[in-house]
Amino acid sequence: MQQIVVEDLTKSFRIGVRAPGLMGSIKALVKPKYERILALDRVSFSISRGELVGYIGPNGAGKSTTVKILSGILVPDGGRVTVGGRIPWLDRIEHVRGIGVVFGQRTQLWWDLPVMESFDLLREIYDVPRDRYRHTRDDLIERLQIGNLLHIAVRQLSLGQRMRCDLVAALLHEPELLFLDEPTIGLDAVSKLAVREFIGRLNRERGVTVILTTHDMDDIEALCRRVMVIGNGQILSDGTLADLRASVTRERWLTVDLAESAAATVVTDPDAQLIRQEGQRFFLSFDPQRISVADLIARIARRYAVHDLFVENPPIEAIVARIYERRSKSSAQQ
Amino acid sequence: MKAYRAILVSRFLTLLQYRSAAIAGVGTQLFFGLVRVMIYDGFYRSSSSPQPMNVDQVTTYIWLGQAMLLLAMFDADKDVAAMIRTGNVAYEMTRPLDLYSVWFTRALSGRAAPLLMRSIPIFIVAGLFFGLKMPASISAAGLFVLSAFGGLLLAASLIALMTVCLLWTISGEGVNRLAAPMIFFFSGLVIPLPLFPDWIQRAIAVLPFRGLIDTPFRIYLGVLNGPSAAAALLHQIAWTAALVLAGRMLLNRGIRRLVVQGG
Repeated sequence: MQQIVVEDLTKSFRIGVRAPGLMGSIKALVKPKYERILALDRVSFSISRGELVGYIGPNGAGKSTTVKILSGILVPDGGRVTVGGRIPWLDRIEHVRGIGVVFGQRTQLWWDLPVMESFDLLREIYDVPRDRYRHTRDDLIERLQIGNLLHIAVRQLSLGQRMRCDLVAALLHEPELLFLDEPTIGLDAVSKLAVREFIGRLNRERGVTVILTTHDMDDIEALCRRVMVIGNGQILSDGTLADLRASVTRERWLTVDLAESAAATVVTDPDAQLIRQEGQRFFLSFDPQRISVADLIARIARRYAVHDLFVENPPIEAIVARIYERRSKSSAQQ
Repeated sequence: MKAYRAILVSRFLTLLQYRSAAIAGVGTQLFFGLVRVMIYDGFYRSSSSPQPMNVDQVTTYIWLGQAMLLLAMFDADKDVAAMIRTGNVAYEMTRPLDLYSVWFTRALSGRAAPLLMRSIPIFIVAGLFFGLKMPASISAAGLFVLSAFGGLLLAASLIALMTVCLLWTISGEGVNRLAAPMIFFFSGLVIPLPLFPDWIQRAIAVLPFRGLIDTPFRIYLGVLNGPSAAAALLHQIAWTAALVLAGRMLLNRGIRRLVVQGG
């Protein structure tokens, strides 16, 4: 069943533009000039209950705008959106009862209240029955290990601590749908892993639908079966991670470590391209349809004193960067 | 309703913790109260023509004004201003709450807590030492409390309206610079409203600002009683309702054009 249906969603912003310098300021004062920025240009997609979707794109591509429309904050210029059968911005209050939202760069906790009091206040705001609340809260506190933070004022928490508390806050009313806007931004490695692991379990065990926007491709690799890529306000790609890779390139990377004693200074092969060299380590890219992995490895092992080698997919960053590149090339040609 | 009550109580209790600000406020207000009482005393000694209020009434009016200063001196909600500037206002919209009611509730608790902390010590000190008289009668005292509460609601509706206006500006300084001094002046805090010249009294009677402190103070003094007190209370209520309505309508328009700063 489709939980979220988005059709031809369009949103533009008007921003003031000003020429630099004093004259520019005076001109802007007398006759302000505005430019329309098209943040979303006929975006369509749908998401089923229980999916965990990664939503990626460069800064300013329209990710956050989409999330904000879906969560009832912004009103679009055109298009249709239903979330669980409701139109978010028209039916905002009922809509937001069923969703949880975490914006990584902000906090929904009250700055000067201890964490626990923020939670209690949220219970009242969402009108969660007391015993149900206690059960959910204690479970979340346990899973995210914030038991020792409950009586500290939010302003005194570190970023990683705050993010874990924010996640609890977003889930106290047991939403069916969770929007996460860069939840791991600025977190240290341990906190990142904890947050990631928690999100994955929440989706698997509770069936919570999760939409995750992020710049961190490790988040995507670790969590998302489906990835949507947005650029310049349009959906560039939508499918599984494997499909996304395949749509861009078939290539694989072969990393070769030569033995210290090796005489060769460079590794070359007629069917592979050298992308990069770091000391004795060489990165080759090749097309597995032109030459099989086994043949390539055998040939290289014969010709060079190989210490170690391994084959891998190009990192997702490289894939995404290529999609953006292709996109901006084609729009430049128009 | 429960949710708004919880927000009200939580903020009220939080604000009660700002004790040093309250102590500093009490000190300042006592000092300026003394200065102003001496100035008016000087005026009354040097004039023999009859005035709309006698010197005892003016003294009491001034002390009441010092005690309840916060009902007439306010800016738009600073926290909401910061939320709008930073984009945190987005979170306000993801809660199952009516945004206007939340802002109104915030304004109400934001006034009530510091008002309570500052007014009681000033009442006591000025009553014991500086010539603040008791209310004209027991019924005047009761009506005073009622109309002070009305003034609090009126103040909250003005603050909420000013706060809503912030959606159209980024810094919000303009709203404060424009509205705050006007409210301050026409509330009667600087010069008691009965002492304003006749030609402006009609405008003062219509404007909402006399409902903030002048109405409760005149009830306290017994100048307004019976039907005139009822009319003044009605003026408070009518303006509060009108300002709430205006704030709501403006907010609904503001939300449609909302831009969340900072992506």
